[in-house]
Amino acid sequence: MFIFDGRSIPHDGRQSVAAALLAAGIRSWRSTRVEGRPRGVFCGIGVCFDCLVTVNGVPSQRACLVVARSGDVIEPQDERRERT
Amino acid sequence: MDAPGVVVIDAGADVVVIGAGMTGAACAYYAARAGLTVTVVDRAGVASGTTGAGEGNILLSDKSPGPELSLALHSVALWRELGETVGDAQIELERKGGLVVAASATEHDTLAAFADRQRAAGVEAHAVASHELPGYEPHLSPHLVGAVHYPQDMQVQPMLAAAHLLRAARATVLTGTCVVGLLRDGTGGIRAVRTDHGLLPTSRVVNAAGVWAGRVAALAGVELPILPRRGFVLVTQPLPELVRHKVYAAGYVANVERSTAGLEISPVVEGTRAGTILIGSSREHVGFDPAMSLPALRGLAAAAIRLFPILAGVSAIRAYRGFRPYSPDHLPIIGADKNVPGLYHATGHEGAGIGLAPATGHAIAALLTDRRPHVDLRPFAPERHHVHL
Amino acid sequence: MSTYDLVVIGAGPAGLAAAVTAADAGCRVAVLDAGPRPGGQYWRHRSGADAHSHTDWAVFAGLRARFDQLHHHPDAALWFVESRPDDVGPQFAVHTHSTVVYGRRLVIATGAHDRVVPFPGWDLPGVVTAGGAQALLKGQGVVFARRVVVGGTGPFLLPVATGLADAGATVVGVYEANDPVRYARHVGAVLGAASKSTEAGRYGWRMLRRRVPYRRRTAVVAAHGDEQLTGVTVAAISPLGSVVPGSERHVGCDGLAVGFGFTPQVEVAVALGCETFMDRDGSLVVRIGPDQATSVPGVYAAGEVTGVGGAKLALVEGHLAGDAIARSLGRAEPLRAGERSRLLRIRRRLRRFAAALHAVHPVPAFWPDLCDDQTLVCRCEEVSAGAVRQAVRELSAGDARGTKLLTRAGMGWCQGRTCGYATACLTAREAGRPVSSVDLQGHASRTLMQPITLADLAGDD
Repeated sequence: MFIFDGRSIPHDGRQSVAAALLAAGIRSWRSTRVEGRPRGVFCGIGVCFDCLVTVNGVPSQRACLVVARSGDVIEPQDERRERT
Repeated sequence: MDAPGVVVIDAGADVVVIGAGMTGAACAYYAARAGLTVTVVDRAGVASGTTGAGEGNILLSDKSPGPELSLALHSVALWRELGETVGDAQIELERKGGLVVAASATEHDTLAAFADRQRAAGVEAHAVASHELPGYEPHLSPHLVGAVHYPQDMQVQPMLAAAHLLRAARATVLTGTCVVGLLRDGTGGIRAVRTDHGLLPTSRVVNAAGVWAGRVAALAGVELPILPRRGFVLVTQPLPELVRHKVYAAGYVANVERSTAGLEISPVVEGTRAGTILIGSSREHVGFDPAMSLPALRGLAAAAIRLFPILAGVSAIRAYRGFRPYSPDHLPIIGADKNVPGLYHATGHEGAGIGLAPATGHAIAALLTDRRPHVDLRPFAPERHHVHL
Repeated sequence: MSTYDLVVIGAGPAGLAAAVTAADAGCRVAVLDAGPRPGGQYWRHRSGADAHSHTDWAVFAGLRARFDQLHHHPDAALWFVESRPDDVGPQFAVHTHSTVVYGRRLVIATGAHDRVVPFPGWDLPGVVTAGGAQALLKGQGVVFARRVVVGGTGPFLLPVATGLADAGATVVGVYEANDPVRYARHVGAVLGAASKSTEAGRYGWRMLRRRVPYRRRTAVVAAHGDEQLTGVTVAAISPLGSVVPGSERHVGCDGLAVGFGFTPQVEVAVALGCETFMDRDGSLVVRIGPDQATSVPGVYAAGEVTGVGGAKLALVEGHLAGDAIARSLGRAEPLRAGERSRLLRIRRRLRRFAAALHAVHPVPAFWPDLCDDQTLVCRCEEVSAGAVRQAVRELSAGDARGTKLLTRAGMGWCQGRTCGYATACLTAREAGRPVSSVDLQGHASRTLMQPITLADLAGDD
């Protein structure tokens, strides 16, 4: 289990954060800087950077590449709020 | 005459500006405001050369009292006007002020003395004690000993500024069009500009080709000693506002005015409207070598962290390279060419071209319409370099 | 610091073939790969038990068996590459986040990612690339949505749809924008590439069995939803390639996998100054000679970066590159001359087949018409189609680099990987001319190939 936005999310030890979130029914975890639009997985292979999350306090990690580990604290990124 | 020259592709403008960078755009804008019709020609695109590879500096803080500072003071006034005419937001003109920081007591003394001389020449400059620094820049290194705040320093998005000035000038803009010759009449005056797409009839030409201005001058049989000085800029990920001013180390001024051949790094750090932080500046005399230099990028990263330790964990997502056009005495070349009637030069601004562009364009427009330029152009006269040739 | 004879960038079919061929000839070889396990996108897997879901797994197993003779660096995405020739000849320094690897020769086998063109709603959560859906399934064991639409063009849509259906998703439709029946017209090129056709037949059978509807000349023209995808509009495409008015209908779904072919990842080649050109599928690719050498001495390229052509072609190109490099270094010849000419023949045939596929599955011409001025083109910087058009119309942007400088399209996190093709096409169209390699090059230069923290950049050596 890892913690996402206060919620416990299961993973199988080899899955990416994005895969575990999708498997838990979570589709988006980032809102964009200008329009505040929701984003989640798009390319799934580390190319598009749409799926950025904060992992254990380190912001802007690609959820599709970071392997989920038990005890991780994953936070969504609200980039519009941060901007102001 | 060879084939490409036979086709006339332009009805004939009062003036043809060669180069659609910031300087060319400003020349076009002020020439149009003076009532002239303008065609701007560029072998690539709008702002595709040095303009598209800079940081958008509009600085008084780095100028010693003298002719360049006079030009810069006029330019700052013109930039304010342009912001009101075109719209600050359109060109991302930010009147944010500059903060020049000192890392040692010696550096601080030199900086303070420099600021005193600038104040005497009309520059606003306020001493900032080390304990006041967090009020200006909360994330600055606590090890700095003091700074000078220059409220008149500004920042602009230079590509947008060039494009919007060209638009406001209602100039005919021919991109992807390479100038291959300057046609002269019996008295030696300009008759037309020959491009790879055809002829542009005109009697007046402004050479605003930046770092390539020497090649344009050569088409008229004139030598213009413009050389490239390579520089890199690092761009970070988009961030919430971390850096409020244009912040740079006092050593920057010394580097700008020096002309050694090795790699010189002096950190210039600033935020942009897009949320990125731009990190300059490096200086190398390596001709037009396009290679990205890892030592230069490393040096920029290290220098930026020394100023703002918080940047250590921030990611750089891209880097770009440009070539500053400089002349042997590090002053721009602005004025009529004595040997070729109808040819004007506006180049050689080195790293200050964005800031100095409006005053340069304003002066060129005055010359084109036989008016007296606002700034004394004698120190920038093209022929000053002739004695050395 | 130790210098390898060869550094291979990418551990997909092309990279593995090049590495193993050169290593067999006695070269010291390092393979750098962004992924955790070798195989690339094509042989993406979680463990050996996944073999049943892959075609050509035996080929991969054969290559992997010869792997212990070379140095494989997994999770090693490179962020910078330098050319540092010395008196011995070419030398390259390849920087990853964990190490710097030096090589006398370089093979660029960085493959490709999905090419996607924008349409209204394409940025909604629930819309993924076809390759993304595939990667989540094969690499992560996750079905990305329950009710899925697969759309776009190209043969890759079929394995994606069947894979999702086999894994339990309801695939409500596969919408192919082009008309693959036109294969018949290219029968000459297809001759000799029968295995590809059989493969398509096999997917067809699996789709039938899973009751997956397949519609030709049909396209997803918009995605709908507020916070996430709830449905799409699909429409018929006329034989001339435009949307048939009045044919639009709504299809409810919570997932859309979309792809319009592939974009080769050419930034390593661009950074080293290798010559590139626009291939017939509209992709910017690396120009190579008969032995896979690029225009830069010591640099070779193999696989999708030389032109999108599939895994079999990538394998052949990899073998040829590995062979050429071994010979250039004076090592024992790994391939006999007869074998080499056989590979060259296969390469020629597979290239013809790839060209035929590109002709049958072009990016459909209608897509720019779907993009109203509000439609996002650059997802990172949130730049709309309208802003790109305005830069051309009102600000004299003449090419795609111009629209990039004036709108920020392609300047964000992904550095134009996602929107580069679309921005180039929209720019050219607004300027009233066909897209050119210059437009594509305006979005292909990525000096920093991965984000790197300033601390790592400052400290790396």
